[in-house]
Amino acid sequence: MHPVAVTAGLTVDIRRKRFAGDGRTPPHTAIENLQFDVPLGQFCCLLGPSGCGKTTLLNIAAGLDSEVDGSVDLHSETAQTRPAVSYMFQTPRLLPWMSVRDNVDIVLDPPARADGRGVKLLERMELGGYLDAYPTRLSGGQRRRVALARAFAIRPALLLLDEPFVSLDQPVGNRLREILLDLWQAQPTTVLFVTHDLNEAIYLGDRILFLSQPPSSVVHDAAVDLPRPRTPDSPVINTFRTGLLDRHGGLLAGAAGSTTDSGSSTP
Amino acid sequence: MAVGTVDAAASAWERLRRAAGGPAALRIFSFVLLLGVWSVATLADPSGQVLPAPWVVLDTLWYHLNEEGLLYHLSVTLWRVAAAFFGAMVIGVALGILMGARRRADIILDGWHILFLNMPALVLIILCYVWFGLTEVAAIVAVALNKIPNVVVTVREGTRAVDRELLDVARVFRVDRRTTFLRFFLPQLYPYIMAAARGGIALIWKIVLVVELLGRSNGVGFKLHEFFQLFDIAAVLAYTLSFVVVMMVVEYGVMAPLERRCTRWR
Repeated sequence: MHPVAVTAGLTVDIRRKRFAGDGRTPPHTAIENLQFDVPLGQFCCLLGPSGCGKTTLLNIAAGLDSEVDGSVDLHSETAQTRPAVSYMFQTPRLLPWMSVRDNVDIVLDPPARADGRGVKLLERMELGGYLDAYPTRLSGGQRRRVALARAFAIRPALLLLDEPFVSLDQPVGNRLREILLDLWQAQPTTVLFVTHDLNEAIYLGDRILFLSQPPSSVVHDAAVDLPRPRTPDSPVINTFRTGLLDRHGGLLAGAAGSTTDSGSSTP
Repeated sequence: MAVGTVDAAASAWERLRRAAGGPAALRIFSFVLLLGVWSVATLADPSGQVLPAPWVVLDTLWYHLNEEGLLYHLSVTLWRVAAAFFGAMVIGVALGILMGARRRADIILDGWHILFLNMPALVLIILCYVWFGLTEVAAIVAVALNKIPNVVVTVREGTRAVDRELLDVARVFRVDRRTTFLRFFLPQLYPYIMAAARGGIALIWKIVLVVELLGRSNGVGFKLHEFFQLFDIAAVLAYTLSFVVVMMVVEYGVMAPLERRCTRWR
């Protein structure tokens, strides 16, 4: 078990998450005995096979799904109210009838909006020339940058990301990962990053939790102690990856099964 | 040389042909064809009483415009159309959203909805006049009641098709309920509301005339009734023409720009 820090950002303790069937689909236990803590400010990657309940876990953490036996608790030493949570979904989920600027501003409270926080973030992400454009005019990579700006704009205590960079070209994906790390270092926050790509997890994370086939639980907890900044697909990362697979090949068979491709597959 | 001239002539002819086949040309052709058919048809009626010629109708229109208060009756009818339209849209959209979003409300209201959907317009008009008297309010309520069920059908369908994933964004980012409704939810319904509005204007304007014919002493419907009794077909057609022009102005001056505004992000 990971040592519980006093300033734990997040405590996940889910005894069971079941989906009741509805005639067409049989009942299904997505998560069982899933327990872990994420210390404040840690970048934690969740790796597991498709359909292993990763998205379900994020939905619970985001407060979108409350029908669960167990809890996901978010601790904060400063905030009295429930700390802010951001969620970057698998698709950018921008509002097509709003400009890029409005898409970010809409989630901000009036002082932050007046402060121009959204615009500053967008400019930082090289979207300064697209503030008044509609999302339909943007490329896939640009839309994800807007979604990323929106996620960071509310200064979240917890940032949830659900395979946000799938189905992108490798260079575009790498650039987005670089931007994500850049923002995260400028604006530290606890991160839960779901992926099925081991290389991506090693490049981004402080730590990787390997989840089993459903009902999912943690099968391995690996610290990624590589120095930052890291280079995607570098020998360092590949060596780390080989080491992991050598030591835990059997255990990770399920999780690593889909990591032979390098992140461009769709779930 | 000769070949070149033939080519130039051919391409000029081709350009002309293409322009003649363009949408604007086709519209004009269609309109002229209508006038032509109409003019020829008048030959079958030497008296000019049953089917007056286009120019006679135009002349009558001019006369009623200047001498007989056509604009007054037109504006009274337009006011009723507008009142019934906005009433029906507001109530229909609210009910449609309620029934689309809440299953229990849908089950409870569905029977009533089907009842009103299938109630003949004339029955609603008669009942409203009998119960509320031959008043302005009764007239407008009768028209609105005829339209509301249609608005509900469209808006309910739109509400059911709303993208829940976008509403989840609002929930996660804790957008307040008012903003969620106005900026995340309602824009998804705009296409459906526009469709309901389009159909609504056309239907309401027809029913308003019947309401006026049965129980009002002004408006286009009232005048048409009068012309019918006087067998003044030229005046009937003149009023029809004037109202068609007004509705075209509404369509191109209000509805089309509104729709462009709602869909400019596409």
